[in-house]
Amino acid sequence: MNREELIKKLEEVKDKVTAVEQTTDLRIYLSCEAQNAPGICRFLYQDCGCRFVICSCIDADDWFEVLYHFSYDQLGFIITVKAFIRDRQNPAIDSITPSVPGAEWIEREMHDVMGIEFRNHPDMRRLILADDWPQGVYPERKEAKK
Amino acid sequence: MKESLRKPVLAVGPFHPLQEEMEFYQLTLDGEIVTDIDVRISYNHRGIEKISETLQFDQVPFLVSRICGICSASHPLAYVQAVEEIAGVTPPERALYVRTIINELERVHSHMLWVGLAGHFIGYDTVFMWAWKYREPVLDLLEEITGNRNNYGNVKIGGCREDIPDELVPQLLKELDEIEKKTEMLTKAVLDDPIIHARLKGVGILTNDAAIEYAVTGPTARGSGVAIDVRRDDPYAAYGQLDWNVITEPKGDVFAKAVVRLLETLESIKMTKEALRKLPKGPVTVEVKQIPPGEGCGHAEAPRGETFHYVRSDGGNRPIRHKARAPSYVNVPSFRASCIGQHIADVTITLAAVDPCYSCTERLAVVDSHGSVTHDYDALLKLSREKTERIKKEVL
Repeated sequence: MNREELIKKLEEVKDKVTAVEQTTDLRIYLSCEAQNAPGICRFLYQDCGCRFVICSCIDADDWFEVLYHFSYDQLGFIITVKAFIRDRQNPAIDSITPSVPGAEWIEREMHDVMGIEFRNHPDMRRLILADDWPQGVYPERKEAKK
Repeated sequence: MKESLRKPVLAVGPFHPLQEEMEFYQLTLDGEIVTDIDVRISYNHRGIEKISETLQFDQVPFLVSRICGICSASHPLAYVQAVEEIAGVTPPERALYVRTIINELERVHSHMLWVGLAGHFIGYDTVFMWAWKYREPVLDLLEEITGNRNNYGNVKIGGCREDIPDELVPQLLKELDEIEKKTEMLTKAVLDDPIIHARLKGVGILTNDAAIEYAVTGPTARGSGVAIDVRRDDPYAAYGQLDWNVITEPKGDVFAKAVVRLLETLESIKMTKEALRKLPKGPVTVEVKQIPPGEGCGHAEAPRGETFHYVRSDGGNRPIRHKARAPSYVNVPSFRASCIGQHIADVTITLAAVDPCYSCTERLAVVDSHGSVTHDYDALLKLSREKTERIKKEVL
């Protein structure tokens, strides 16, 4: 796919996306609500042939954001899916690991450090935190002491 | 009881006896054959991402260059590129070349380090000694250029902190010629060696499909025939202006990864020489006054694969979020594909074949079983000072 074809292909998920922002020629950010993120990620990985790079998780004051970064290497494109989790008390989102296996570790990490529940993750053991780390203390959240 | 629990489990780690880092492999065995592998990391997590949010934008490169002693040029470069993307800054041409030169020399010394270690891991210490002997002049070159053998601290937002003096270029080219000759000889010796062929071929195969599924990067991907390289795919620094090739090997075994690294080393030396010859005139930095609100993704091809940094700014003087992903984070989980079904004797070199680097994004906190933090930073500092005093008394 060339650049135009890729951008046209991305329109197939436009009903799931709430905003599209292109910051430079090679960077696109697709915003969506949490329930639509796994579908968009599966589309990028399986239908577009993007490579999963990593997730970033952000503790905004009123919500959590999970950012899924994908790379379309033939063009050097980075496509970021921004999923908004509005429920701060019990943040949860469906896991993308069943369809994007490379996301297994980072979802475990985000579960550890941000306290986000990834539903249907195949192996939700701790990755980063020690086994005797206290329950319910999330070091990457804003309230954690710097 | 789970089926896997009835089988013998060989524990390697938490302190790996050979790789000498904190990682813990549990290999489930059926006779000599590995049937399952579990990897546990993060025994020495340093919380780089959290610390980064407390520093100013221009202080962060010094922090992220310490994520890894070997990739101390590519991490800050990826970060700086992400911030430059937010600020819409283009560094001067000469700075792009200086960045390329330092990053390629880093790749040369890192690949030589791996070749030496791989030799050591299979009990072939001659390779270890040769590779490390020839790596030494590369570190000297980096010291001449940046003042440091590691942690160069040369990249900054808007360019480079130090220039390469023009009068140094002929001397650097001469030294690179010497390094190239020695590296060619080493490459030929290693790739012609029948023992290395016999030991590494067909061992620890990561198939092309598995490489894509696990989203591996760098020589681990290119050794399995996945032709991805950030330097070519999303050209940064001066890579788009140089003449070079992406090295790939289709077979996916440890030998293929060795071939990719050795040939890449030669390619990197050629690129460094070309960049030195083409080094444009002019300044190496532009002034950057403020980082506006926004977000940016920066990635760079580190010796082990793609280093990825995501930065978000709210218009203040600190990043409000900074995510760093080192290549080993995606390469290490692929052990599940490359080790299962292998003989136990082949696993040591298979585990080393992705050139794993565990220092990525690690933090230290000791917690007792009752749930409260017992050792904070001050307590650890006090303990380390007490220990130094104790050793001084014993030694002096």
